[in-house]
Amino acid sequence: MSIHVRHLRGLTIATAVTVTAALILVFFYAPLDAEQGFVQKIFYIHVPLAIVSLVGYCLGGAFGLMYLRTGKRVWDMRSYCAIHMSLIFSIGGIVAGSIWAKASWGHWWVWSEPTLVSYLIVILLFCTYQPLRFSIEDPERQARYAAVFAVVCGAFVPINFIVVRLSAEYVHPRVLNLEGGNLPGPMKLTFYLSLLGIALLFATLMKYEMAAKEMRIETRRLRRKLLGDDAVRPLGRTASPS
Amino acid sequence: MRTASAILRKDLLVELRTLETIPSMWLLAVITYVIFHFGLNQDTVKGQLAAGVLTVTLLFAAMLAVNRLFVAEREQGGFDAFLLAPVDRTAMLYAKAGALFIFMVALELVAVPAFALLLDPPCLGHSLPALLLILLLADVAFAVIGTFVSAIAVHTRARDLIGPIIGLPLLLPALIATARGIGPLLVNGSSGSPSAKWLAVLALYDLINALLAIGLFDFLLEE
Repeated sequence: MSIHVRHLRGLTIATAVTVTAALILVFFYAPLDAEQGFVQKIFYIHVPLAIVSLVGYCLGGAFGLMYLRTGKRVWDMRSYCAIHMSLIFSIGGIVAGSIWAKASWGHWWVWSEPTLVSYLIVILLFCTYQPLRFSIEDPERQARYAAVFAVVCGAFVPINFIVVRLSAEYVHPRVLNLEGGNLPGPMKLTFYLSLLGIALLFATLMKYEMAAKEMRIETRRLRRKLLGDDAVRPLGRTASPS
Repeated sequence: MRTASAILRKDLLVELRTLETIPSMWLLAVITYVIFHFGLNQDTVKGQLAAGVLTVTLLFAAMLAVNRLFVAEREQGGFDAFLLAPVDRTAMLYAKAGALFIFMVALELVAVPAFALLLDPPCLGHSLPALLLILLLADVAFAVIGTFVSAIAVHTRARDLIGPIIGLPLLLPALIATARGIGPLLVNGSSGSPSAKWLAVLALYDLINALLAIGLFDFLLEE
């Protein structure tokens, strides 16, 4: 197993158990919503996906900062994997949110809803992370620029939410607020378990991605050592740390 | 600061001698008004529509300057010379942001009168001081974020492509604040005073981005 990825098996089992338990709670324990009925259950997927992906983006920024401070390549890889996973999660989150919006508000997309709009802006911003990496050839410079970009974008996430929220009156239900939300007990329990499950899923997938990348780098290093430099074709341009 | 002012003087002198960027920005702004006139099919615009037209036009023209900002340094070895000199690297940020700010002000000297002339928004004369205040704060955002984005993009292969696609989302909060701040100024019977909320948002956004850019700019210049 690679040097920077540990406890992968334990984490995987914990994730599988938590996600299964959360799904069981969602379908058999959490009460049906009085107004929206069954479709409201997508909330247990959509909101955790959104929260986890936003935290993931900020984590990507924090890892980027660590890379700039220490210069260790593993932080660049963490930053890359965190942002990559967050992108996947947030696409899932925005699709689930769109389905929910269609069911409960009657439209696939609602511009008067700042949480939705700022979420879209954040996704659009982070979608440029990989094109940016892809167009820089030198790996060291690629890592440095990507880290700088990740730090700025990580700081952008909360600011963007504040600005967009100021620009419209919101209709989105607040799930997490300082007063502890407005969910009844069983729903709250289900929601927090789902949130935990999705967060664990994020961590697990991110670790798998890192493990795969480190394995690939290690394999190439060993092949080069065994067969000589010429036997291993150099990697073409790539957007990921390699 | 002496380094920064030397680079700034150099940039302005180059611009004065070549007249490359600013006239193109003027032209682009005027053409964009014409396109808006036909696209919207309106002889005059007012309110939020007018604010949107003005903001988008300034944004388009600003992108020209952002794309050009570091090209001379890259192509003619200015970066290498700058890195060899024993000077503070952040001076480059100050100088380039200053140059971009001056470009934006020069753009608006033409773009705002042309806006008044071609699209005739109501109450412009009465609200002019407030409008200029908002535009100045927006220019700071353009200058800081534009310099930062340009410094990243200039070292990429597809630099004309990367600059706008990372610049636009980063500028969005400032653009929202600018458009929303200008909108109420351009209606009949406008009070003529800017909303404190959007001024504060713009100023804060400028400040945060300036701090981030100062903190991170060094990493963009290393070889």
